[in-house]
Amino acid sequence: MAEIESCFVFNASTKQSIFLCFQASNESLKMELLADVPLLPGEERVIDKDIIYICPFNGPVKGRVFITNYRLFFRSVDVDPAVTLNVPLGVISRVEKMGGASSRGENSYGLDITCKDMRNLRFALKQEGHSRRDIFDILFRYAFPLSHGLQLFAFLSQEKYQENGWTVYNPVQEFRRQGLPNDQWRITFLNNNYELCDTYPTILVVPYSASDEDLRKVATFRSRGRIPVLSWIHPENQAVITRCSQPLVGMSGKRNRDDERYLDIIRATNKMTSKLTIFDARPNVNAVANKATGGGYEGEDAYQNAELVFLDIHNIHVMRESLKKLKDIVYPNVEESHWLSSLESTHWLEHIKLVLSGAIQVADKISTGSSVVVHCSDGWDRTAQLTSLAMLMLDSYYRTFRGFQVLLEKEWISFGHKFASRIGHGDKNHADADRSPIFLQFIDCVWQMTKQFPTAFEFNERLLVAVLDHLYSCRFGTFLYNCESARDANEVKMKTVSLWSFINSDRASYINPFYTVEFVHVLYPVASMRHLELWVSYYIRWNPRIRQQQHSPMEQRYKELLALKEQYLRKLEELQLSDSTSHLSNSTAPSPSTPSQRVTHLQTPF
Amino acid sequence: MFSLGSGGGKSAKPSFVSYVTPEEIEPEPEGSLQEKSPEFLPGEVVFCSAKRILRCTQDDESECSVFGTLFLTNFRVSFVSDAVHSEDTVQLFKNKLYGENDIPLACVDQIYGDYDEKKKLITSSQVKNKYPSKIIIHCKDLRVFHFSLLCVKEEVRKKIFQGIIHHILDPKSLKCIFAFSYGEKAAPVPEVQRKQKTLMFETAEDWAAEMRRTKGSCKLVEDNKDFQIAQRLPQFFFTPTSVENEDLQKYQGRGVPIWCWSHHSGCALFKTAALPIAQEESTSKVQKAYVESMLNAVAQNHLYSVKTVDLSDALPNIQDIQQSYNKFKQNFLIDSIAEFWMSDVKWFSTLETSRWLSIIRQCLHKAVEVVESLERENTNILLIEEGGSDLCCVISSLVQLMLDPYYRTLVGFQSLVQKEWVAGGHNFLERSNLLHQRDKELQSPVFLLFLECVWQLLQQHSPAFQFSETYLTVLSDSINVAVFSTFLFSTPHQRATIMKAELDTGTLNIPPVWQWSLQFDCKAQGFFINPLYKAKSKQEKALRKAQRPKYTRQLSLPSTPSRRGFFKEETDNLKKMLRVKRISRWMQLPDSVQACVREFYSVWQRKPLDYHGLLLPCLDWPAVRLWTQRYLRWIPEVQILGGGDVAMLNKVAALVREVQELRTEVDRQVSQADPSLESPLVFARSSVRLSSSFPFAAARVWSFRPAIPISIGDSQMDLGQLASRDDEDTDYQ
Repeated sequence: MAEIESCFVFNASTKQSIFLCFQASNESLKMELLADVPLLPGEERVIDKDIIYICPFNGPVKGRVFITNYRLFFRSVDVDPAVTLNVPLGVISRVEKMGGASSRGENSYGLDITCKDMRNLRFALKQEGHSRRDIFDILFRYAFPLSHGLQLFAFLSQEKYQENGWTVYNPVQEFRRQGLPNDQWRITFLNNNYELCDTYPTILVVPYSASDEDLRKVATFRSRGRIPVLSWIHPENQAVITRCSQPLVGMSGKRNRDDERYLDIIRATNKMTSKLTIFDARPNVNAVANKATGGGYEGEDAYQNAELVFLDIHNIHVMRESLKKLKDIVYPNVEESHWLSSLESTHWLEHIKLVLSGAIQVADKISTGSSVVVHCSDGWDRTAQLTSLAMLMLDSYYRTFRGFQVLLEKEWISFGHKFASRIGHGDKNHADADRSPIFLQFIDCVWQMTKQFPTAFEFNERLLVAVLDHLYSCRFGTFLYNCESARDANEVKMKTVSLWSFINSDRASYINPFYTVEFVHVLYPVASMRHLELWVSYYIRWNPRIRQQQHSPMEQRYKELLALKEQYLRKLEELQLSDSTSHLSNSTAPSPSTPSQRVTHLQTPF
Repeated sequence: MFSLGSGGGKSAKPSFVSYVTPEEIEPEPEGSLQEKSPEFLPGEVVFCSAKRILRCTQDDESECSVFGTLFLTNFRVSFVSDAVHSEDTVQLFKNKLYGENDIPLACVDQIYGDYDEKKKLITSSQVKNKYPSKIIIHCKDLRVFHFSLLCVKEEVRKKIFQGIIHHILDPKSLKCIFAFSYGEKAAPVPEVQRKQKTLMFETAEDWAAEMRRTKGSCKLVEDNKDFQIAQRLPQFFFTPTSVENEDLQKYQGRGVPIWCWSHHSGCALFKTAALPIAQEESTSKVQKAYVESMLNAVAQNHLYSVKTVDLSDALPNIQDIQQSYNKFKQNFLIDSIAEFWMSDVKWFSTLETSRWLSIIRQCLHKAVEVVESLERENTNILLIEEGGSDLCCVISSLVQLMLDPYYRTLVGFQSLVQKEWVAGGHNFLERSNLLHQRDKELQSPVFLLFLECVWQLLQQHSPAFQFSETYLTVLSDSINVAVFSTFLFSTPHQRATIMKAELDTGTLNIPPVWQWSLQFDCKAQGFFINPLYKAKSKQEKALRKAQRPKYTRQLSLPSTPSRRGFFKEETDNLKKMLRVKRISRWMQLPDSVQACVREFYSVWQRKPLDYHGLLLPCLDWPAVRLWTQRYLRWIPEVQILGGGDVAMLNKVAALVREVQELRTEVDRQVSQADPSLESPLVFARSSVRLSSSFPFAAARVWSFRPAIPISIGDSQMDLGQLASRDDEDTDYQ
């Protein structure tokens, strides 16, 4: 506390300090300011300090910054309306010192914070007495707890929710929903101790006619033992999406009879087609180049009943650079002079197009009755994008509020998308080559789909943004660690709260009012640049010039109309009640529930 | 349906290969086909026709091609398919004048011929004795037709080809335009009765009513009743009170401030045609004095300040606009699937190089500048342009749309177009080159540019508009139908004299485009209504009125000393300041203008949005968008089956209807009164999945298979070293 007291020094130039010369009023102001800092259960204040926030849109703003073990909170003192910042420390990817003690120019001494969510924060401090040293050290420590032997906030949080998000996904239940096991596919617990594959979940669905021994043999020929297993089965034509990693073909062009036979078993589970389609997400050249490091792809000679299609999706490094370029043209200011060509040169939407187009091809194969195998190099980045997007197109369940959570839990979390490595939770190494916005890219693809099919998804854009915000925040355990085995080892489910506990306790906020239940159709988005849009309300959301509408006018109008409808229905009900009371003698009067019945003819089939 | 050669699948390059060879065609089934013809319109005459024309679709899949008969009439090129048409697709949005396989002659943009597999643009002079195997017609409404003439007998092929070329490409006289034959024969169609009527601004009463509505005070000029002043000016118009009658005559009405609209603060918007550039100094001096006196008149003898806005300097000229649009539209006139996916990669940069969206942005920006002057500074505005009837119309109409919610209603919008464009003397005839003049210098899609700007406003602030995007799209199509008087003439004089002369000699009934019943039945017209629009309630109206004086006062308070507003009391300083004001305006750097507009926008943006008040567009990049409905509606690859905003709008429309029915029911029970008639809102009740281009192209059957992008060999992305790296730095060996 003493440390905090000493930091609480008023900037002499602020209006307040002129009036507040008494200790008492000083104290009361402090209390008032602190009262505005929202603290979560388990969250603790670490430091607070007078600071200048250099807002890229409105210029320097004087105020006070509060740092807790969860967030950075800033509140301006002399501007109306107040400028506030509320940034979970998990969002921070880099903290740098800006300028030195002898730097000239106003506000040239301070901190420069790079965030993972498309923004940078700059703070200036007084150029005297190493005023930034303590705050820099504290930020560095609490923003990157894992690099300092501290725990992530998710393990310190004491939040309690009505819902238990950890129960959202139950693999056996989900497979049962898909009609599994059946006569062709079985559930295996072979990986119960992560011995077959340490980055796979414990419960896997494999062909009925492949023995456990077969699986072990196949695992030796697939990178990191990630053997082809079932992700989704078409309820009618029995075509399946299976996922895996690349075969370990290598320079010499090795073959593995077990692997070849295993893929042929997968093909044979579906009697409708004579060919299995293998989608290799990578560009052809990359797949060839992978042979040099021992990987590769399924050769035509070896896999005779299969056709191999390359989907030309680039690697994690290309995607990282692309997003970096995108940030350059949207933050802090939108590139004005050549916006369209600048946007094109980031290639971000072109990558989105390739991912969507790949998923469309997978979904198209499945709905025309062919089973598919999807892989990239390791089968946890591009593969997860493709399988989950194809499933979203094929199965309307995944487009529901609950189903979408199941999809993320299943295809991304349980199948070992390396969230920890890709996001770098609590890690100070911001330049790590493992970082890549693969999951963000997937969510962008989902957003593109919701944009193209505004009535097909039960959830709204706010859910997607919330998922991305908490992808970084470290407040929930959901996206922590690289795979299930690591999550088990760290007792994530016992020691942290699930993001879905939070989301599901506030379901109404995330519901799309236009959602129309429609089971039959496959949704094929149009993967053309003509329809792909930059997700402005995510990537450019910090820019105040982009009008942030809490609800779209369409949504607002729809809700108003729904309320009106209710009102009229009630009125009709009242009218009929008064009608029936005045004609009480009339025994053939309609039953009290008439209003709703009376208007049934008004209901229109949507 | 005939089975035809498959054509060898998809090719990587756009090709114009005809996949049908004459040998593959079965002999013509004699007499088995009924004579089919389109339903001809009154006054429509067939010039020639050709059977066995093969209509091909862009997607190279010959099974989609159909045989049929091509008719050439004085109105259109019409293709009638031999295939028995299934009538089960009930078309909700059917144009009564022409169908999806009809091309009104005026709607043809370009004709290409396929000569030995080379696509060549056909201009009439080229036509000698060589006839293409296929003609490709690009339409102004962005449809593309491929007609193969391979199976047509030589002499018929010659006749139909020359006929099409002649009637579409050769210069013709005004009276040859279909509207005149149609007008003689067509019986007047009873129009849907609306509570309000579109003001045509052909009478002094209409102008006076408009002046009353805006509470302005200007002088009605009736001297141009018989076009004594100028042919390009309306018969009636308003000028500032102190403009003398002799001033009007001096330069054939040039330089005379024509009233457009009055702001509630008392200042007003005027437009004028620029004076001819004087060669001699003496005339130049006289002109200067004249201009000065006109400005004085606008300023109501220095009661208000005046700003002049010279649009010729500030905005692209009509040739720039035409050139830009020519480049822009090529993005949508797609000949083959391969071409589509090829162009997809460079989509954003080709869009940018056309500059079309930039021009839209510039126009909106200029309009916001003017709005700012009227609303915040309460200055009078005088728009100046060489002819006074192109960009002046664009800017003045946009300003009024942003400031006056009345113009955002359907009838208000139509009245605005009548006032600013039709009565305002926009040269529709030459801007759309209806007479196929060889010299295309006067051709320019200025009115379309205006509709594009309106669309930008509409998509950003949809609930503020009573009309829908579909309405704007249909209006933009109607320019090229050559039936409506609205888009037929070059000056008000021409319009008045021809319509009157024809009326005197016989019964001529050339309808304005606003007679929507000619094109769409009552139900289809429901698609013109925007379900998000909410009329202002009486309570709100009263509330606004009460607030208004205070509101005005606040806004006109000077924000910074240099950007002072003017109050009536400040007359002492006015003469001096007036001059300074004008000079400073001229000297002002574009950057500072931009900054002012930005600031004006952000101040407005911070206030709660009132859809019945001032409306400003966001002009930052991602907010300026492509009018997808108009431009993408015919391209099969981009149809989102079961999706698009249509899906949501349809739900809103259904709910609006449901609520209306409920209200009627409540009203009936409460008062036993007749249900009041509401605007008919329609929505697609059908269970079929709509495509994103609905209600357009509804008769087409979209494929249920997805469109899969064709990758064009190596990606053109320049990714450097990164692309060859592996995700994980590991060796499996």
